[in-house]
Amino acid sequence: MNKCVERLHNGIIKENPTLVLMLGMCPTLAVTTSAINGLGMGLTTTVVLALSNMIIAALRNIIPDKIRIPAFIVIIASFVTMMQLLLQAYIPSLYKSLGIYIPLIVVNCIILGRAEAYAYKNPILPSFFDGLGMGLGFTISLTIIGLLREFIGGCSVFGHELSLFTPIAIFKMAPGAFFVLALLTAIQNQVKLTGEKKGRDVSKIQSGCGSDCMQCAVGDCKDRVMAADNEKEEA
Amino acid sequence: MSDMMNVSSNPHIRSKVSTDKIMLCVVLALLPAAGFGVWNFGLNALWQILLTIAACVISEALYELFMKKKLTIFDFSAVVTGLLLALNMPPAAPLWLGPMGGVFAIIVVKMLFGGLGQNFMNPALAARCFLLISFPGIMTNFECDAYTGATPLATLKAGGSVNVLNMIIGRTSGTIGETSMIAIVAGACILLLLGIIDLKIPGSYIITFVIFYGLFGGHGFNSYYISAELAGGGLMLGAFFMATDYVTRPVTKLGQIVFGVILGILTGIFRIFGASSEGVSYAIIIGNMLVPLITRFTAPKPFGRGGERI
Repeated sequence: MNKCVERLHNGIIKENPTLVLMLGMCPTLAVTTSAINGLGMGLTTTVVLALSNMIIAALRNIIPDKIRIPAFIVIIASFVTMMQLLLQAYIPSLYKSLGIYIPLIVVNCIILGRAEAYAYKNPILPSFFDGLGMGLGFTISLTIIGLLREFIGGCSVFGHELSLFTPIAIFKMAPGAFFVLALLTAIQNQVKLTGEKKGRDVSKIQSGCGSDCMQCAVGDCKDRVMAADNEKEEA
Repeated sequence: MSDMMNVSSNPHIRSKVSTDKIMLCVVLALLPAAGFGVWNFGLNALWQILLTIAACVISEALYELFMKKKLTIFDFSAVVTGLLLALNMPPAAPLWLGPMGGVFAIIVVKMLFGGLGQNFMNPALAARCFLLISFPGIMTNFECDAYTGATPLATLKAGGSVNVLNMIIGRTSGTIGETSMIAIVAGACILLLLGIIDLKIPGSYIITFVIFYGLFGGHGFNSYYISAELAGGGLMLGAFFMATDYVTRPVTKLGQIVFGVILGILTGIFRIFGASSEGVSYAIIIGNMLVPLITRFTAPKPFGRGGERI
Protein backbone atom coordinates (compact mmCIF):
# COMPACT_ATOMS: atom_id res chain seq x y z
CA MET A 1 0.00 0.00 0.00
CA ASN A 2 2.93 2.26 0.74
CA LYS A 3 3.95 2.14 -2.88
CA CYS A 4 0.51 3.29 -3.97
CA VAL A 5 0.73 6.41 -1.78
CA GLU A 6 4.20 7.06 -3.16
CA ARG A 7 2.82 6.87 -6.73
CA LEU A 8 0.09 9.39 -5.86
CA HIS A 9 2.64 11.81 -4.35
CA ASN A 10 4.89 11.30 -7.36
CA GLY A 11 2.13 12.14 -9.82
CA ILE A 12 0.69 15.12 -8.01
CA ILE A 13 3.84 16.85 -6.78
CA LYS A 14 7.21 15.37 -7.68
CA GLU A 15 6.57 14.70 -11.36
CA ASN A 16 3.52 16.84 -11.95
CA PRO A 17 2.80 16.14 -15.63
CA THR A 18 2.01 19.73 -16.56
CA LEU A 19 4.45 21.82 -14.55
CA VAL A 20 7.42 19.44 -14.24
CA LEU A 21 7.24 16.90 -17.06
CA MET A 22 5.72 19.43 -19.51
CA LEU A 23 3.48 16.76 -21.01
CA GLY A 24 0.00 17.18 -22.47
CA MET A 25 0.57 20.84 -23.41
CA CYS A 26 -2.13 20.87 -26.09
CA PRO A 27 -5.16 20.41 -23.79
CA THR A 28 -3.39 22.46 -21.10
CA LEU A 29 -3.19 25.52 -23.33
CA ALA A 30 -6.38 25.03 -25.30
CA VAL A 31 -9.19 24.16 -22.88
CA THR A 32 -8.24 26.06 -19.73
CA THR A 33 -10.28 29.14 -20.55
CA SER A 34 -12.31 28.53 -17.40
CA ALA A 35 -11.85 26.57 -14.17
CA ILE A 36 -14.78 24.27 -14.99
CA ASN A 37 -13.27 23.35 -18.35
CA GLY A 38 -9.89 22.65 -16.74
CA LEU A 39 -11.48 20.52 -14.04
CA GLY A 40 -13.61 18.58 -16.55
CA MET A 41 -10.71 17.94 -18.89
CA GLY A 42 -8.49 16.88 -15.99
CA LEU A 43 -11.00 14.45 -14.48
CA THR A 44 -11.82 12.90 -17.87
CA THR A 45 -8.13 12.34 -18.50
CA THR A 46 -7.68 10.94 -14.98
CA VAL A 47 -10.32 8.26 -15.52
CA VAL A 48 -8.84 7.25 -18.88
CA LEU A 49 -5.31 7.31 -17.48
CA ALA A 50 -6.03 5.19 -14.40
CA LEU A 51 -8.11 2.58 -16.24
CA SER A 52 -5.85 2.26 -19.27
CA ASN A 53 -2.79 1.97 -16.99
CA MET A 54 -4.55 -0.81 -15.13
CA ILE A 55 -5.49 -2.77 -18.26
CA ILE A 56 -2.05 -2.33 -19.81
CA ALA A 57 -0.41 -3.52 -16.61
CA ALA A 58 -2.71 -6.55 -16.59
CA LEU A 59 -1.87 -7.38 -20.21
CA ARG A 60 1.84 -6.51 -20.00
CA ASN A 61 2.98 -10.14 -20.31
CA ILE A 62 0.70 -10.84 -23.26
CA ILE A 63 1.36 -7.75 -25.42
CA PRO A 64 4.27 -8.45 -27.80
CA ASP A 65 7.11 -5.97 -27.47
CA LYS A 66 7.22 -4.97 -31.14
CA ILE A 67 3.60 -3.88 -31.48
CA ARG A 68 3.09 -2.51 -27.99
CA ILE A 69 2.33 1.06 -29.12
CA PRO A 70 -0.64 0.08 -31.36
CA ALA A 71 -1.87 -2.17 -28.55
CA PHE A 72 -1.68 0.74 -26.06
CA ILE A 73 -3.51 3.01 -28.48
CA VAL A 74 -6.36 0.52 -28.93
CA ILE A 75 -6.82 0.22 -25.15
CA ILE A 76 -6.62 3.99 -24.59
CA ALA A 77 -8.94 4.77 -27.49
CA SER A 78 -11.56 2.35 -26.14
CA PHE A 79 -11.64 4.16 -22.81
CA VAL A 80 -11.69 7.58 -24.48
CA THR A 81 -14.68 6.54 -26.60
CA MET A 82 -16.48 5.34 -23.50
CA MET A 83 -15.76 8.61 -21.69
CA GLN A 84 -16.86 10.62 -24.70
CA LEU A 85 -20.21 8.83 -24.91
CA LEU A 86 -20.74 9.13 -21.15
CA LEU A 87 -20.00 12.86 -21.19
CA GLN A 88 -22.27 13.38 -24.16
CA ALA A 89 -25.07 11.59 -22.34
CA TYR A 90 -24.76 13.01 -18.84
CA ILE A 91 -22.83 16.34 -18.99
CA PRO A 92 -23.67 17.71 -22.45
CA SER A 93 -22.59 21.27 -21.54
CA LEU A 94 -19.05 20.13 -20.71
CA TYR A 95 -19.04 17.87 -23.78
CA LYS A 96 -19.87 20.90 -25.91
CA SER A 97 -17.25 23.21 -24.43
CA LEU A 98 -14.42 20.65 -24.55
CA GLY A 99 -15.32 19.71 -28.14
CA ILE A 100 -12.57 18.13 -30.21
CA TYR A 101 -10.24 17.89 -27.21
CA ILE A 102 -12.10 14.86 -25.80
CA PRO A 103 -11.30 12.50 -28.73
CA LEU A 104 -7.80 14.00 -28.75
CA ILE A 105 -7.18 12.51 -25.27
CA VAL A 106 -6.21 9.36 -27.24
CA VAL A 107 -3.01 11.04 -28.35
CA ASN A 108 -2.36 12.81 -25.04
CA CYS A 109 1.30 12.09 -24.37
CA ILE A 110 0.80 11.71 -20.59
CA ILE A 111 -1.30 8.59 -21.12
CA LEU A 112 0.99 6.98 -23.68
CA GLY A 113 4.00 8.12 -21.65
CA ARG A 114 2.79 6.49 -18.42
CA ALA A 115 1.82 3.32 -20.27
CA GLU A 116 5.29 3.05 -21.76
CA ALA A 117 7.27 4.26 -18.75
CA TYR A 118 5.37 2.64 -15.90
CA ALA A 119 2.36 0.44 -16.57
CA TYR A 120 4.12 -1.80 -19.09
CA LYS A 121 6.54 -3.10 -16.48
CA ASN A 122 4.73 -2.84 -13.14
CA PRO A 123 1.92 -4.74 -11.42
CA ILE A 124 -1.71 -3.74 -11.67
CA LEU A 125 -2.31 -1.89 -8.38
CA PRO A 126 0.72 0.46 -8.48
CA SER A 127 -0.01 1.16 -12.16
CA PHE A 128 -3.57 2.13 -11.30
CA PHE A 129 -2.34 4.49 -8.59
CA ASP A 130 0.35 5.86 -10.90
CA GLY A 131 -2.37 6.76 -13.41
CA LEU A 132 -4.55 8.19 -10.67
CA GLY A 133 -1.69 10.33 -9.28
CA MET A 134 -0.64 11.60 -12.69
CA GLY A 135 -4.26 12.32 -13.58
CA LEU A 136 -4.88 14.22 -10.34
CA GLY A 137 -1.68 16.20 -10.84
CA PHE A 138 -2.89 17.09 -14.34
CA THR A 139 -6.35 17.98 -12.98
CA ILE A 140 -4.96 20.24 -10.24
CA SER A 141 -2.65 22.12 -12.62
CA LEU A 142 -5.37 22.54 -15.24
CA THR A 143 -7.88 23.76 -12.66
CA ILE A 144 -5.42 26.31 -11.27
CA ILE A 145 -4.54 27.57 -14.76
CA GLY A 146 -8.23 27.74 -15.65
CA LEU A 147 -9.07 29.51 -12.41
CA LEU A 148 -6.40 32.18 -12.92
CA ARG A 149 -7.31 32.72 -16.59
CA GLU A 150 -11.01 32.92 -15.79
CA PHE A 151 -10.44 35.33 -12.90
CA ILE A 152 -8.07 37.72 -14.72
CA GLY A 153 -9.62 37.38 -18.17
CA GLY A 154 -13.29 37.34 -17.26
CA CYS A 155 -13.46 38.45 -13.62
CA SER A 156 -15.41 35.36 -12.54
CA VAL A 157 -14.72 32.29 -10.38
CA PHE A 158 -16.17 28.90 -11.45
CA GLY A 159 -18.71 30.75 -13.56
CA HIS A 160 -19.82 33.16 -10.82
CA GLU A 161 -19.52 36.69 -12.14
CA LEU A 162 -17.76 39.18 -9.90
CA SER A 163 -17.40 42.80 -10.90
CA LEU A 164 -14.21 43.87 -9.19
CA PHE A 165 -12.22 45.22 -12.13
CA THR A 166 -12.22 45.51 -15.92
CA PRO A 167 -11.27 42.03 -17.15
CA ILE A 168 -8.06 41.74 -19.19
CA ALA A 169 -9.54 39.78 -22.09
CA ILE A 170 -6.20 38.57 -23.46
CA PHE A 171 -5.98 36.05 -20.60
CA LYS A 172 -8.96 34.20 -22.06
CA MET A 173 -7.16 33.87 -25.38
CA ALA A 174 -4.13 31.82 -26.41
CA PRO A 175 -1.42 34.26 -25.20
CA GLY A 176 -2.96 34.26 -21.72
CA ALA A 177 -2.57 30.48 -21.52
CA PHE A 178 1.16 30.84 -22.17
CA PHE A 179 1.50 33.67 -19.62
CA VAL A 180 -0.18 31.70 -16.83
CA LEU A 181 1.57 28.41 -17.61
CA ALA A 182 4.96 30.14 -17.67
CA LEU A 183 4.20 31.88 -14.37
CA LEU A 184 3.23 28.64 -12.63
CA THR A 185 6.26 26.80 -14.00
CA ALA A 186 8.51 29.63 -12.81
CA ILE A 187 6.98 29.43 -9.31
CA GLN A 188 7.48 25.66 -9.31
CA ASN A 189 11.14 26.07 -10.29
CA GLN A 190 11.63 28.76 -7.65
CA VAL A 191 10.24 26.47 -4.94
CA LYS A 192 12.56 23.73 -6.15
CA LEU A 193 15.60 26.01 -6.14
CA THR A 194 14.97 27.39 -2.64
CA GLY A 195 14.51 23.82 -1.44
CA GLU A 196 17.88 22.96 -2.96
CA LYS A 197 19.55 25.91 -1.26
CA LYS A 198 18.19 24.85 2.10
CA GLY A 199 19.90 21.51 1.60
CA ARG A 200 16.86 19.37 0.94
CA ASP A 201 17.41 16.55 -1.48
CA VAL A 202 15.54 17.46 -4.63
CA SER A 203 17.58 15.37 -7.05
CA LYS A 204 14.62 13.03 -7.42
CA ILE A 205 12.46 15.88 -8.69
CA GLN A 206 13.51 15.70 -12.29
CA SER A 207 11.88 16.25 -15.63
CA GLY A 208 10.90 12.73 -16.56
CA CYS A 209 13.70 10.21 -16.79
CA GLY A 210 16.35 12.36 -18.44
CA SER A 211 19.14 10.35 -16.86
CA ASP A 212 21.89 8.44 -18.59
CA CYS A 213 20.81 4.92 -19.52
CA MET A 214 24.32 3.59 -18.89
CA GLN A 215 24.22 4.84 -15.29
CA CYS A 216 20.66 3.79 -14.62
CA ALA A 217 20.16 0.91 -12.23
CA VAL A 218 16.43 1.23 -11.69
CA GLY A 219 14.50 0.95 -14.91
CA ASP A 220 14.49 -2.04 -17.18
CA CYS A 221 13.85 0.23 -20.12
CA LYS A 222 17.57 0.54 -20.80
CA ASP A 223 17.80 -2.83 -22.60
CA ARG A 224 15.08 -1.78 -24.99
CA VAL A 225 16.57 1.68 -25.61
CA MET A 226 20.05 0.29 -26.19
CA ALA A 227 18.73 -2.45 -28.50
CA ALA A 228 16.97 0.22 -30.55
CA ASP A 229 20.19 2.25 -30.70
CA ASN A 230 22.14 -0.78 -31.87
CA GLU A 231 19.62 -1.46 -34.58
CA LYS A 232 19.93 2.11 -35.77
CA GLU A 233 23.69 1.89 -35.91
CA GLU A 234 23.58 -1.34 -37.89
CA ALA A 235 21.15 0.17 -40.35
CA MET B 1 56.84 57.96 -30.77
CA SER B 2 56.04 56.95 -27.22
CA ASP B 3 52.33 56.91 -28.15
CA MET B 4 53.06 54.38 -30.85
CA MET B 5 54.51 52.02 -28.31
CA ASN B 6 51.38 52.05 -26.21
CA VAL B 7 50.01 48.52 -26.54
CA SER B 8 46.42 47.79 -25.64
CA SER B 9 43.74 45.34 -26.67
CA ASN B 10 40.93 46.39 -29.00
CA PRO B 11 38.72 48.33 -29.47
CA HIS B 12 41.23 51.04 -30.33
CA ILE B 13 38.83 53.65 -31.61
CA ARG B 14 36.00 54.61 -29.31
CA SER B 15 33.01 56.73 -30.22
CA LYS B 16 31.55 59.25 -27.80
CA VAL B 17 28.07 58.03 -28.74
CA SER B 18 26.46 56.04 -25.94
CA THR B 19 23.07 54.42 -25.37
CA ASP B 20 21.84 57.14 -23.05
CA LYS B 21 22.78 59.92 -25.51
CA ILE B 22 20.96 58.20 -28.38
CA MET B 23 17.90 57.55 -26.23
CA LEU B 24 17.87 61.15 -25.04
CA CYS B 25 17.94 62.31 -28.67
CA VAL B 26 14.99 60.04 -29.46
CA VAL B 27 13.06 61.51 -26.51
CA LEU B 28 13.82 65.03 -27.78
CA ALA B 29 12.75 64.05 -31.29
CA LEU B 30 9.47 62.72 -29.97
CA LEU B 31 8.72 65.90 -28.02
CA PRO B 32 7.14 67.80 -30.98
CA ALA B 33 4.65 64.96 -31.53
CA ALA B 34 3.97 64.65 -27.79
CA GLY B 35 3.60 68.42 -27.38
CA PHE B 36 1.21 68.61 -30.30
CA GLY B 37 -0.78 65.74 -28.82
CA VAL B 38 -1.14 67.52 -25.49
CA TRP B 39 -2.12 70.79 -27.21
CA ASN B 40 -4.56 68.95 -29.46
CA PHE B 41 -6.23 66.68 -26.93
CA GLY B 42 -5.83 68.42 -23.59
CA LEU B 43 -4.45 67.66 -20.15
CA ASN B 44 -5.64 64.05 -20.02
CA ALA B 45 -3.08 63.29 -22.73
CA LEU B 46 -0.31 64.92 -20.68
CA TRP B 47 -1.17 62.84 -17.61
CA GLN B 48 -1.33 59.70 -19.72
CA ILE B 49 2.16 60.39 -21.10
CA LEU B 50 3.69 61.20 -17.70
CA LEU B 51 2.11 58.24 -15.89
CA THR B 52 3.06 55.77 -18.62
CA ILE B 53 6.69 56.93 -18.58
CA ALA B 54 6.73 56.77 -14.78
CA ALA B 55 5.28 53.25 -14.82
CA CYS B 56 7.95 52.07 -17.29
CA VAL B 57 10.87 53.55 -15.36
CA ILE B 58 9.59 52.40 -11.96
CA SER B 59 8.84 48.85 -13.12
CA GLU B 60 12.30 48.54 -14.68
CA ALA B 61 13.92 49.81 -11.47
CA LEU B 62 11.86 47.53 -9.24
CA TYR B 63 12.55 44.48 -11.44
CA GLU B 64 16.29 45.13 -11.35
CA LEU B 65 16.22 45.80 -7.62
CA PHE B 66 14.24 42.64 -6.98
CA MET B 67 16.39 40.47 -9.25
CA LYS B 68 19.61 42.05 -7.89
CA LYS B 69 20.70 43.29 -11.32
CA LYS B 70 22.52 46.46 -12.36
CA LEU B 71 20.22 49.48 -12.43
CA THR B 72 19.77 50.53 -16.07
CA ILE B 73 17.04 53.14 -15.83
CA PHE B 74 19.46 55.98 -16.57
CA ASP B 75 19.97 54.87 -20.17
CA PHE B 76 16.53 56.44 -20.89
CA SER B 77 15.36 53.41 -22.89
CA ALA B 78 12.44 52.91 -20.49
CA VAL B 79 11.52 56.57 -21.00
CA VAL B 80 11.48 56.06 -24.78
CA THR B 81 9.32 52.94 -24.40
CA GLY B 82 6.87 54.75 -22.13
CA LEU B 83 6.70 57.80 -24.37
CA LEU B 84 6.14 55.72 -27.51
CA LEU B 85 3.46 53.67 -25.80
CA ALA B 86 1.69 56.78 -24.50
CA LEU B 87 1.76 58.34 -27.98
CA ASN B 88 -0.04 55.20 -29.17
CA MET B 89 -2.88 55.50 -26.65
CA PRO B 90 -6.27 57.03 -27.45
CA PRO B 91 -6.54 60.46 -25.80
CA ALA B 92 -9.61 59.68 -23.70
CA ALA B 93 -8.34 56.35 -22.32
CA PRO B 94 -8.58 55.95 -18.53
CA LEU B 95 -5.34 56.86 -16.79
CA TRP B 96 -4.62 53.36 -15.46
CA LEU B 97 -4.46 51.91 -18.96
CA GLY B 98 -1.15 53.42 -20.09
CA PRO B 99 0.75 52.46 -16.90
CA MET B 100 -0.62 48.91 -17.16
CA GLY B 101 0.71 48.64 -20.73
CA GLY B 102 4.00 50.14 -19.56
CA VAL B 103 4.45 47.47 -16.90
CA PHE B 104 3.69 44.77 -19.50
CA ALA B 105 6.13 46.32 -21.99
CA ILE B 106 9.00 46.53 -19.53
CA ILE B 107 8.54 43.38 -17.43
CA VAL B 108 7.20 40.84 -19.93
CA VAL B 109 8.54 42.01 -23.28
CA LYS B 110 11.84 43.56 -22.25
CA MET B 111 13.20 42.42 -18.88
CA LEU B 112 12.11 38.77 -18.97
CA PHE B 113 14.02 38.38 -22.23
CA GLY B 114 17.15 39.91 -20.74
CA GLY B 115 16.70 43.68 -20.82
CA LEU B 116 17.70 46.27 -23.42
CA GLY B 117 19.22 44.68 -26.51
CA GLN B 118 17.68 41.28 -25.90
CA ASN B 119 13.99 41.97 -26.54
CA PHE B 120 12.79 40.30 -29.73
CA MET B 121 10.00 42.76 -30.40
CA ASN B 122 9.42 46.44 -29.81
CA PRO B 123 8.17 46.66 -26.19
CA ALA B 124 5.95 49.70 -26.78
CA LEU B 125 4.21 48.10 -29.75
CA ALA B 126 3.86 44.73 -28.05
CA ALA B 127 2.22 46.50 -25.11
CA ARG B 128 -0.07 48.41 -27.45
CA CYS B 129 -1.18 45.15 -29.08
CA PHE B 130 -1.62 43.63 -25.61
CA LEU B 131 -3.94 46.49 -24.66
CA LEU B 132 -5.69 46.42 -28.03
CA ILE B 133 -6.53 42.72 -27.64
CA SER B 134 -7.42 43.02 -23.96
CA PHE B 135 -9.52 46.19 -24.09
CA PRO B 136 -10.72 46.52 -27.71
CA GLY B 137 -13.55 48.83 -26.68
CA ILE B 138 -11.40 51.41 -24.91
CA MET B 139 -8.46 51.22 -27.30
CA THR B 140 -10.49 51.92 -30.44
CA ASN B 141 -12.65 54.64 -28.94
CA PHE B 142 -11.11 57.86 -30.22
CA GLU B 143 -13.88 60.16 -29.05
CA CYS B 144 -12.66 62.83 -26.69
CA ASP B 145 -13.51 66.43 -25.73
CA ALA B 146 -11.89 67.86 -28.82
CA TYR B 147 -13.18 65.45 -31.46
CA THR B 148 -16.08 63.11 -31.98
CA GLY B 149 -16.48 60.49 -34.61
CA ALA B 150 -14.21 58.07 -36.39
CA THR B 151 -10.54 58.55 -37.25
CA PRO B 152 -9.82 59.81 -40.77
CA LEU B 153 -8.67 56.36 -41.90
CA ALA B 154 -11.87 54.73 -40.66
CA THR B 155 -13.89 57.44 -42.40
CA LEU B 156 -11.94 56.84 -45.58
CA LYS B 157 -12.44 53.09 -45.33
CA ALA B 158 -16.18 53.58 -44.86
CA GLY B 159 -16.26 55.62 -48.07
CA GLY B 160 -16.44 59.09 -46.52
CA SER B 161 -14.21 62.04 -47.36
CA VAL B 162 -11.50 63.64 -45.24
CA ASN B 163 -9.62 66.91 -45.11
CA VAL B 164 -6.02 66.02 -46.00
CA LEU B 165 -4.61 69.39 -44.90
CA ASN B 166 -6.02 68.92 -41.39
CA MET B 167 -4.56 65.43 -41.31
CA ILE B 168 -1.09 66.68 -42.21
CA ILE B 169 -1.26 69.40 -39.54
CA GLY B 170 -2.82 66.96 -37.09
CA ARG B 171 -6.17 68.52 -36.25
CA THR B 172 -7.97 65.17 -36.36
CA SER B 173 -8.91 62.38 -33.99
CA GLY B 174 -6.50 59.52 -33.43
CA THR B 175 -4.01 58.37 -30.82
CA ILE B 176 -2.17 61.02 -28.79
CA GLY B 177 0.97 61.20 -30.89
CA GLU B 178 0.09 59.94 -34.34
CA THR B 179 -2.13 62.68 -35.70
CA SER B 180 0.36 65.37 -36.68
CA MET B 181 2.47 64.38 -39.67
CA ILE B 182 4.36 67.68 -39.47
CA ALA B 183 5.42 67.22 -35.83
CA ILE B 184 6.53 63.64 -36.42
CA VAL B 185 8.52 64.45 -39.54
CA ALA B 186 10.14 67.43 -37.75
CA GLY B 187 11.25 65.10 -34.97
CA ALA B 188 12.41 62.50 -37.47
CA CYS B 189 14.50 65.16 -39.24
CA ILE B 190 16.42 65.76 -35.99
CA LEU B 191 17.27 62.07 -35.79
CA LEU B 192 18.16 61.93 -39.49
CA LEU B 193 20.46 64.97 -39.22
CA LEU B 194 22.16 63.55 -36.12
CA GLY B 195 22.65 60.27 -37.97
CA ILE B 196 20.79 58.25 -35.35
CA ILE B 197 18.45 56.80 -37.95
CA ASP B 198 18.75 56.69 -41.72
CA LEU B 199 16.23 56.51 -44.50
CA LYS B 200 16.70 52.85 -45.41
CA ILE B 201 13.86 51.44 -43.30
CA PRO B 202 11.40 54.38 -43.33
CA GLY B 203 12.06 55.05 -47.03
CA SER B 204 11.57 51.50 -48.22
CA TYR B 205 8.59 51.10 -45.87
CA ILE B 206 6.76 54.18 -47.14
CA ILE B 207 7.60 53.64 -50.83
CA THR B 208 6.47 49.99 -50.68
CA PHE B 209 3.26 50.99 -48.93
CA VAL B 210 2.51 53.65 -51.56
CA ILE B 211 3.11 51.20 -54.41
CA PHE B 212 1.07 48.48 -52.70
CA TYR B 213 -1.77 50.89 -52.00
CA GLY B 214 -1.69 52.18 -55.55
CA LEU B 215 -1.90 48.67 -56.96
CA PHE B 216 -4.43 47.09 -54.62
CA GLY B 217 -6.16 49.98 -52.82
CA GLY B 218 -8.90 50.31 -55.43
CA HIS B 219 -8.22 54.01 -56.12
CA GLY B 220 -5.10 53.73 -58.27
CA PHE B 221 -2.25 56.18 -57.72
CA ASN B 222 -4.64 58.94 -56.71
CA SER B 223 -2.75 61.65 -54.79
CA TYR B 224 -5.74 62.45 -52.53
CA TYR B 225 -6.09 58.89 -51.23
CA ILE B 226 -2.38 58.23 -51.03
CA SER B 227 -1.59 61.39 -49.08
CA ALA B 228 -4.52 60.69 -46.73
CA GLU B 229 -3.26 57.14 -46.11
CA LEU B 230 0.26 58.45 -45.45
CA ALA B 231 -0.82 61.21 -43.10
CA GLY B 232 -3.43 59.17 -41.26
CA GLY B 233 -2.91 56.52 -38.64
CA GLY B 234 0.42 55.51 -37.18
CA LEU B 235 2.35 55.06 -40.42
CA MET B 236 4.72 58.02 -39.95
CA LEU B 237 5.26 57.40 -36.24
CA GLY B 238 5.82 53.70 -36.90
CA ALA B 239 8.11 54.15 -39.88
CA PHE B 240 10.43 56.72 -38.30
CA PHE B 241 10.40 55.87 -34.60
CA MET B 242 9.38 52.24 -34.11
CA ALA B 243 10.53 50.31 -37.17
CA THR B 244 13.96 51.90 -36.75
CA ASP B 245 14.41 50.65 -33.17
CA TYR B 246 18.04 49.50 -32.97
CA VAL B 247 17.25 46.30 -31.10
CA THR B 248 14.47 44.96 -33.27
CA ARG B 249 15.62 45.86 -36.78
CA PRO B 250 17.98 43.85 -39.00
CA VAL B 251 21.63 44.88 -38.74
CA THR B 252 22.58 44.42 -42.39
CA LYS B 253 21.96 47.20 -44.93
CA LEU B 254 20.17 44.95 -47.42
CA GLY B 255 18.25 43.39 -44.54
CA GLN B 256 16.94 46.81 -43.47
CA ILE B 257 15.56 47.45 -46.94
CA VAL B 258 13.96 43.99 -47.03
CA PHE B 259 12.51 44.71 -43.57
CA GLY B 260 11.00 48.00 -44.79
CA VAL B 261 9.50 46.30 -47.84
CA ILE B 262 7.93 43.57 -45.68
CA LEU B 263 6.47 46.20 -43.33
CA GLY B 264 5.04 48.15 -46.27
CA ILE B 265 3.36 45.06 -47.73
CA LEU B 266 1.99 43.94 -44.35
CA THR B 267 0.62 47.41 -43.56
CA GLY B 268 -0.99 47.55 -46.99
CA ILE B 269 -2.59 44.13 -46.54
CA PHE B 270 -3.92 45.02 -43.07
CA ARG B 271 -5.27 48.41 -44.12
CA ILE B 272 -6.83 47.36 -47.41
CA PHE B 273 -8.03 43.82 -46.74
CA GLY B 274 -8.26 43.79 -42.93
CA ALA B 275 -11.36 44.46 -40.86
CA SER B 276 -9.68 47.37 -39.06
CA SER B 277 -8.61 50.56 -40.80
CA GLU B 278 -5.18 50.50 -39.15
CA GLY B 279 -2.44 47.87 -39.09
CA VAL B 280 0.93 49.53 -38.48
CA SER B 281 1.46 48.05 -34.98
CA TYR B 282 0.76 44.49 -36.05
CA ALA B 283 2.84 44.91 -39.20
CA ILE B 284 5.86 46.07 -37.20
CA ILE B 285 5.72 43.37 -34.52
CA ILE B 286 5.27 40.65 -37.15
CA GLY B 287 8.21 42.20 -39.00
CA ASN B 288 10.21 42.16 -35.74
CA MET B 289 9.74 38.43 -35.49
CA LEU B 290 11.04 37.93 -39.04
CA VAL B 291 14.23 39.91 -38.27
CA PRO B 292 16.47 36.93 -37.32
CA LEU B 293 15.55 35.25 -40.61
CA ILE B 294 16.14 38.43 -42.62
CA THR B 295 19.50 39.01 -40.97
CA ARG B 296 20.54 35.45 -41.66
CA PHE B 297 19.75 35.57 -45.37
CA THR B 298 21.22 39.01 -45.98
CA ALA B 299 24.51 38.56 -44.13
CA PRO B 300 27.35 39.98 -46.25
CA LYS B 301 30.00 37.56 -47.49
CA PRO B 302 33.20 37.70 -45.44
CA PHE B 303 36.26 39.00 -47.28
CA GLY B 304 37.95 36.20 -49.18
CA ARG B 305 34.88 33.99 -49.45
CA GLY B 306 32.79 33.31 -52.53
CA GLY B 307 33.83 33.40 -56.16
CA GLU B 308 35.47 30.56 -58.02
CA ARG B 309 38.11 28.37 -56.52
CA ILE B 310 41.28 28.17 -58.48
